[in-house]
Amino acid sequence: MYSRKVIQKFEETLKNPKAHNVGRMDVKAKNVGTGMVGAPACGDVMRLQIEVNDKDVITDCKFKTYGCGSAIASSQQMIEMLIGKTLEEAKNIKDREIAELLELPSIKIHCSVLAEDSIKKAIADYESKKA
Amino acid sequence: MNSNLVYFDYASTTPVDPRVAEKMHECLLLDGNFGNPASRSHEFGWKADEAVEKARLHVANLVKADSREIVWTSGATESDNLAIKGAARFYKDRGNHIITSKIEHKAVLDPCRQLEREGFEITYLDPDENGVISLDNIKKHVKDSTILLSIMHINNELGAVNNIEEIGKFTRENNIIFHVDAAQSTGKLPIDLSKLDVDLMSFSGHKTYGPKGIGALYVRRKPRIRLEALIHGGGHERGFRSGTLPTHQIVGMGEAFRIAAEEMEKDNKKIAKLADLFWKEVSDIEEIYLNGSFKNKIPNITNISFAYIEGESLIMALKDVAVSSGSACTSASLEPSYVLRALGRADELAHSSIRFSFGRFTTEKEVKMVAETTKRVVHQLRELSPLWDMYKDGVDLEKVEWVTH
Repeated sequence: MYSRKVIQKFEETLKNPKAHNVGRMDVKAKNVGTGMVGAPACGDVMRLQIEVNDKDVITDCKFKTYGCGSAIASSQQMIEMLIGKTLEEAKNIKDREIAELLELPSIKIHCSVLAEDSIKKAIADYESKKA
Repeated sequence: MNSNLVYFDYASTTPVDPRVAEKMHECLLLDGNFGNPASRSHEFGWKADEAVEKARLHVANLVKADSREIVWTSGATESDNLAIKGAARFYKDRGNHIITSKIEHKAVLDPCRQLEREGFEITYLDPDENGVISLDNIKKHVKDSTILLSIMHINNELGAVNNIEEIGKFTRENNIIFHVDAAQSTGKLPIDLSKLDVDLMSFSGHKTYGPKGIGALYVRRKPRIRLEALIHGGGHERGFRSGTLPTHQIVGMGEAFRIAAEEMEKDNKKIAKLADLFWKEVSDIEEIYLNGSFKNKIPNITNISFAYIEGESLIMALKDVAVSSGSACTSASLEPSYVLRALGRADELAHSSIRFSFGRFTTEKEVKMVAETTKRVVHQLRELSPLWDMYKDGVDLEKVEWVTH
């Protein structure tokens, strides 16, 4: 039922988590924004962390995701899209783009929605620290 | 198919035993036993009828019933439908109350829902934390208008076993019809209907190394149980179920049940040993929970929740192993297993559950391989899990305010 892309992203991440941005950053660091969305009772929780430089460019990301295969693949897809983008560009990433790139089945669209939400929350967290 | 695939989903269906396939094959071609068992005018019909009756005897023998008490159906789903709707509609003048449990198969729950729409009142009992329905619980909910009790023998997700002997004594004394869904039982636990006070019992061919598309309903003769038929058209099966009998399917189920009677003990010994080995291998994984209880379950089914991992991702990671999960993500409804929820398990543990089910063709090598792979991928997935991090950091997940969507 999954596209080859979802399976590939999932398997790569599982096999080599470090190379695929699995991990965590210091939540308290000024240049780090953290966004955690979802709930264990719903079957998915995504934690995204972004590292931002003084030009508002996302230089690095880390994530951990509890969820189905497509939630993990969506996290991975999101990371690839985020690194190198400015915060303004990142704010414009839409769940639809992630879903389309991964060819997510319609029943799994909530996974890409979760990814978009985590981006928004991570940026908001970073901006609140700067303010 | 990928020949490295290991099948650990015997509770879902079983492969047909080669001996069964051979017998079935004899009932298909022109030079075989292809006739219509209802044809009374020639030898093709007589021979087919003879094969059908022989199979009926095999099924009856496995459960110590009279072969005249066995009605062929298309499977346990139809048997459950015929038993529940058929009895309720026939005996509706006696009362309109039916008792069942929250962890029955959908083949029982959905007919009950239908009867509710027809004006019947249904009580859905809660199981205990191990998936067992207690007699006390049943007694508490019986009313003067109770006409039918439908309780499964073995739960398909947990392997939990209900005490149908004790329950049957009570229903008989109280003049309540007792239906038992025994789709998971045949060949796993001995059943003696000459001693049990069970009135109706559903069987499936394909859970016991027979073909899919065939099942049977036991309908007690003494005291006689009557049913309103669901399918009309020729009055086959003494009016209980019309339709040309599929000789090859019936012969397959008969042979499968004959083998089950003969080899049950041997199969069960082997499977119990393999289940022990599997649990021994995986039980050193941290934070895992057996759903059900070793004290009261069949070894064929081992249902485990792996905390902080979502079941579907575990299934994807266990890619060469066929198992099933109570995770919402593997169901069309996006709801986690209603069985695990009824046990009072938290939703997250339902999402994290995997059912491993073993069978006749499971080998020790497969068990070791799957246990090994499970250990590896559970570790890998926990490395990916923010919940595992939080658990390791000592965060109480119950107290976190989650952002639901």
